[in-house]
Amino acid sequence: MKRLNKIYTVLIFMFLYLPMLVLIVASFNTGKDITDFEGFTFRQYSALFRDRTLLTLLWHSLEVAVLSSLIATVMGTAAAVGIHRMRPRLRSLVLTVTNIPMTNPDIVTGVSLSLLFVFMGVLLRNNTILGFWTLLIAHVTFNLPYVILNIMPKLSQMDPALQEAALDLGCTPFQAFRKVTIHEIMPGIISGAIMAFTMSLDDFVISYFVYGPSYVTLPVEIYNYTKKPLQPKIYALFALLFALILLMMVLMNLLQARSERKKNLQHTAHAI
Amino acid sequence: MKKMFALIVCFVLALTGCAQFATNPTSSEGSASGSGENTGDVTINVYNWGQYIASGDDGSIDVIAEFEKEYPNIHVNYTTYDSNETMYSKLKTGGISVDVIIPSDYMIARMINEDMLLPLNFDNIPNYQYIDEAYKNTTYDPENRYSIPYTWGTVGIIYNTKYVDEADIGGWELLWNQKYAGKILMFGNSRDAFGIAEELLGFDINTTDDQELQAAAEKLKEQKPLVQQYVMDEIFDLMENEEAWIAPYYAGDFLTMAAENEDLAFYHPSQGFNLFIDAMCIPSCCQNKEAAETFIDFLCRPDIAGGNMNWICYGTPETEARQYIDEEMTASEVAYPDEETLSKGSIFLFLPQETNQRMEELWLQVKTN
Amino acid sequence: MKRNKHLLSGTFLLTAPYIVWMIIFILIPLGVVVFYALTDSVTGMFTLGNLSKVFTGAFPKVFGRSVWYSLVASAICLLIGYPVAYFIARQKPSTQRILYMLVMLPMCMSFLLRTLAWVGILRDTGILNTLLGKIGIGPLHLIRTNGAVILGMVYNYLPYMIMPLYTVIMKIDPLLIEAAEDLGCSSRHVFTKVVLPLSLPGIISGVTMVFVPAVSTFYISQKLGSTSTTMIGDVIESQFKSANNPNLGAALSLVLMVLIFICVGIMNRFAGKDNEGGVVV
Repeated sequence: MKRLNKIYTVLIFMFLYLPMLVLIVASFNTGKDITDFEGFTFRQYSALFRDRTLLTLLWHSLEVAVLSSLIATVMGTAAAVGIHRMRPRLRSLVLTVTNIPMTNPDIVTGVSLSLLFVFMGVLLRNNTILGFWTLLIAHVTFNLPYVILNIMPKLSQMDPALQEAALDLGCTPFQAFRKVTIHEIMPGIISGAIMAFTMSLDDFVISYFVYGPSYVTLPVEIYNYTKKPLQPKIYALFALLFALILLMMVLMNLLQARSERKKNLQHTAHAI
Repeated sequence: MKKMFALIVCFVLALTGCAQFATNPTSSEGSASGSGENTGDVTINVYNWGQYIASGDDGSIDVIAEFEKEYPNIHVNYTTYDSNETMYSKLKTGGISVDVIIPSDYMIARMINEDMLLPLNFDNIPNYQYIDEAYKNTTYDPENRYSIPYTWGTVGIIYNTKYVDEADIGGWELLWNQKYAGKILMFGNSRDAFGIAEELLGFDINTTDDQELQAAAEKLKEQKPLVQQYVMDEIFDLMENEEAWIAPYYAGDFLTMAAENEDLAFYHPSQGFNLFIDAMCIPSCCQNKEAAETFIDFLCRPDIAGGNMNWICYGTPETEARQYIDEEMTASEVAYPDEETLSKGSIFLFLPQETNQRMEELWLQVKTN
Repeated sequence: MKRNKHLLSGTFLLTAPYIVWMIIFILIPLGVVVFYALTDSVTGMFTLGNLSKVFTGAFPKVFGRSVWYSLVASAICLLIGYPVAYFIARQKPSTQRILYMLVMLPMCMSFLLRTLAWVGILRDTGILNTLLGKIGIGPLHLIRTNGAVILGMVYNYLPYMIMPLYTVIMKIDPLLIEAAEDLGCSSRHVFTKVVLPLSLPGIISGVTMVFVPAVSTFYISQKLGSTSTTMIGDVIESQFKSANNPNLGAALSLVLMVLIFICVGIMNRFAGKDNEGGVVV
């Protein structure tokens, strides 16, 4: 039974990774067609590094992802702490609205924001409103709920006496907030930030509705690329990003394992 | 946990640093949000069809790179669309500024009618002199105020000789032939698709008659079960790797596909076909008109126009440019059909707004039916 | 007392930016959608025409198709994802972390390209049919079928199902299962009476996270579907991006949104879940 379950899990992972493997293999193909492998080459990679457009797009994606997740994390953390202190009725109302971008399909969020921006463009008599700023705003908007919903459970787990104690010991409210609350909910903040970053980096649907020609991100342009004969250097880009993300995850894993081991050691030390 | 976060931050910074460095080898251009620091540096947004400018591969000239070399103060930001309707929707929705667009005849007429184009200053476009008289005083821009022809061409049927019986070719019926169900591609935009149905039914392709439009829609619905996909530039891949066997498309693009797959052939359907001109225009949301005109002028320069056509394989409106085009292409019946064939072509004309809307409505019905 | 006041004004300062942001970029845009849905695309006058169009012609069928496909995809995700989540949750912590990471990784990669890879695999002249041809089978008609669209959905959204399931199953106390076994439950009973009810929040959350993006997708059906698998996302996209009829597009979006809120609301009520949890991730 256990063995069967193992085989089954391996099969599902194969299902998840097979298409990506196909793309990675295609990045080493001399031919253009994904189906037949004509010969091995690194040519697509050198073509990729010569392509300034693609690298600019990647830079744009990173820029928006970093800034939007940062803004969302700061604003979201503050908001979560505030919401936590609210009266139940009000809190439930705010949380309901927070949930809207999560349950709303991306296409509706994208459409609604694009209509708003265009409307604002008309009001402001600005015909270049779609671009970096609209992308950033849209990304912050859909990142915020991830941050807040990651922090809220940590806040409810926190012992309210901690904050009181800090205040009694002479901390100013700000110090108490910084030293106690933030410290306690840090894991939630970090996982929220990471999640916001990845969501933003790979977002296509919402960006597709709010981007302008002056500022395009990688997923949006990949969509435009897939409407034309696909250039094989895109496969090379995919393979490189795959390797980078894999590397990042492995490093995270190692660090996490190490910190956990340390914690265990401390525990045993205490026990002794 | 904190350490991990620090690691991620370092990682992201390193990554962005790399990307930044890679995009900015000369560090003189600002890549982040466009406009350069030097006064006089401008960025123009060029919005063109996909696969519609020589990109430098296969030994062709890289038109945009050449332009930027010649005019270092003008930076070109190039984006693409897949149909006139997509481009129109994007501009109509607003919120963006575009400096150069290359729509087709009927769309130019529509945009002129809706005040979406700016009159050109021909003092900035001296190379306009090379445009042949035949492409001036057109129906869509009778006073030659808004547009300068970029290419011209015809629509026909591309088919794969390996799978398609020669006995079946000849007219548009091939696209309705049950024998090839699932292997037929169809235009993914309303005007071209309706044009074909109307030609098959013997209507005028510029009809505004509601009954005729409905009949055309019925014809398209009848075809739908046989159609593999409604597509535009995806046709290149699908035809080249033989996933599909039959597709109506632009003649110039057939030449590009035939270079990849020799089994592909092309014909102009007997009932008549669309003859089109795509021309360069400046939309009213333009912000750098002079630079845009410089770009248009550059594209009109005969050596650039010729080199460009060598790659995109469409017809050039400049006799002067033909000397820069491979002889093989100028001799091609597909790219430059003879007078007799051309006489069977008809041009898409301006349609009133109600007709355009009706057509979109019927097209949506065809697609969702 | 003074302290409380401090806290309250602090609360206001902390939440104010977020609440302002939320009103401007979540609530007002939804108002704009409603406004567009209720105005005529030509005259700009108030009309119910767009909304009534949504309920006539082929649209109800398109809505029905979208909902049906995504329900099937959600069910398949649940069926094939549950054992995987269960398996991961029963490993030792270090293995758990690695497997969890492997589930998350595909989510970070471009879903457009991953879907395109399926086109390369499934199409008539694709990898699978070439391989089958070598052993004398086929060609099978795989792409441009309902199955292919559902496959695309399952493939793309499976990680969204596994993650919340794993999170809840991991938290189930093994002692509880042991206790049930000790009390004479068969392994099937342990599952249906203990494990399954306890993983219900994860199931609800997972189904929501698969269903919502699946029902509104506009790329998967374009690439893997046929001309008769048009989904509502495709129609909305075309109204904004090529047909230049944002008013009809807004009306369709509005109906889609309401439809989804109803579906999600029913599911949450069913699970008796409160607001606080939001989405289990």
